[in-house]
Amino acid sequence: MTTRILFSGFGGQGILTLGQLIATIALNKGKEVTWMPSYGAEMRGGTANCSVIISDKMIGSPIANTNIDILCAMNIPSIVKFEDKVRPGGQIFINSSIIKDGIARTDVDALHIDASNIASKVGDLRVANMVMLAGFLQKTNLFTFEDVEEVLKQRFSGTRNEHLIPLNIEAVKQGMEATV
Amino acid sequence: MKMLMKGNEAICEAAIVAGCKAFFGYPITPQNEIPEYMSLHMVKAGGAYVQAESEIGAINMCYGAAASGVRVMTSSSSPGIALKQEGMSYLAGANLPCVVVNVSRSGPGLGGILPAQGDYFQMTRGGGNGDYYTPVYAPFSVQEAVDLIFKAFDVADKYRTPVQMVADGMLGQMMEPCVIEPRPAVKVDKSWVTDGNSGKRPRNIVNSLNLSAEGLEQMNIQRFAQYKEIEKNETLVDYRVNDGDEIVIVAYGAPARVAVNAVDELNESGIKAGLIRPVTLWPYPYASFQNLPASVKHILVCELSMGQMIDDVKIAVAGKYPVHFYGRCGGVIFEPSEIVEAATKIVKGGA
Repeated sequence: MTTRILFSGFGGQGILTLGQLIATIALNKGKEVTWMPSYGAEMRGGTANCSVIISDKMIGSPIANTNIDILCAMNIPSIVKFEDKVRPGGQIFINSSIIKDGIARTDVDALHIDASNIASKVGDLRVANMVMLAGFLQKTNLFTFEDVEEVLKQRFSGTRNEHLIPLNIEAVKQGMEATV
Repeated sequence: MKMLMKGNEAICEAAIVAGCKAFFGYPITPQNEIPEYMSLHMVKAGGAYVQAESEIGAINMCYGAAASGVRVMTSSSSPGIALKQEGMSYLAGANLPCVVVNVSRSGPGLGGILPAQGDYFQMTRGGGNGDYYTPVYAPFSVQEAVDLIFKAFDVADKYRTPVQMVADGMLGQMMEPCVIEPRPAVKVDKSWVTDGNSGKRPRNIVNSLNLSAEGLEQMNIQRFAQYKEIEKNETLVDYRVNDGDEIVIVAYGAPARVAVNAVDELNESGIKAGLIRPVTLWPYPYASFQNLPASVKHILVCELSMGQMIDDVKIAVAGKYPVHFYGRCGGVIFEPSEIVEAATKIVKGGA
């Protein structure tokens, strides 16, 4: 079983961090995993994306911008660029606070998450990425809420950002409640 | 413990654990995580870190550090590696161990910052002036990069030669689980080093200048005798060819991961395909091409270049098989489907 995930959004929306958290969860679960950021002549405020591939066997190319199983799209350019690259029957998690027109595809499983607005209500727009985790928790069996709690502790405990753990967990919870 | 690390950072951590005590570098994308990581962790490990004034400065600092007997490393990306060639030739001429990491990018000239493999000729044919080679390691995963860094320092010390590792932006930027644990280093005699003798032994001199024609010829002959030993002992290859395979794909480095996908897809589609992945580019695993199964009809070389390693494959097969090529360049990375299509056309078309 191999899952090809592409995270895409504006620089600053926490796309790369979200991908790293999920990659770390996969590592914790003993899976093969790769995390690969897009890099190029990127500019501040421009688009960012990263590929995460999770598998039970050795992973070949770490780039998941075609034949995507799960697209986690946080802004409109992400939909323009990658909607067509999702495999039929794949999943698209849409930050509907920003992507108001939804998507054109009807052969994929789409979940609209009001991520940016929920994040603002929780207290910090920067946790919109964590709200998007609701898509994975509601629609996939890749990991559980407890796995998310564990990885946040693993990453932030003992750092200057330790106090942000409750905020991030609250963002995940609110995302789940909004998408029940 | 398994950690999720970027290739560039894992290379650094492995180097530090392998006992590297000095790093000299100069910024260039896509290897900037290397000097960044070293600037913090090399210093914490009690080593020396200098951001040099240029790539040329950095490689010559390596010369000095190597002559003093410490394990030393520098890194850069293709145009910067080109600048280092004079220093690498001097290191080779002075028989100095050093590890040079090339997180390569597309060229020629300043080129672009995306993955490419256009430095093959430069890396495997000496690169600088004079008669010399350097062992070249081409890992395709973060863990393999870690393992080969340990190897690179050992081989550099054992044979007193500069050693290169080539990665690219794909391997450098990607994160993968890896384990970095101390392992025993090769024991070598370093009585030749210039570390200050307080008059207690004859003075050591480290130099690449030799104005005696016969003397220099003898030095080169001795160096090439070492190269024979390196060819015999240090050639590495990932050989995945099975009886029944019709086509063998040859690829190296991170782009070989795409070839791994392509080989899987080909076998699923009913075309029996194998893979030869040279792990050392010099010495080249020529012998791996000598005893291919009788079922093999075609060789397909896949590179992110206009075709450079293909020359070594042609030397290896010596006309026994048709050698085909599929490549992309300029920073474009082939997708598995492109290799599958190229291989299918060759096998089905009997080209």
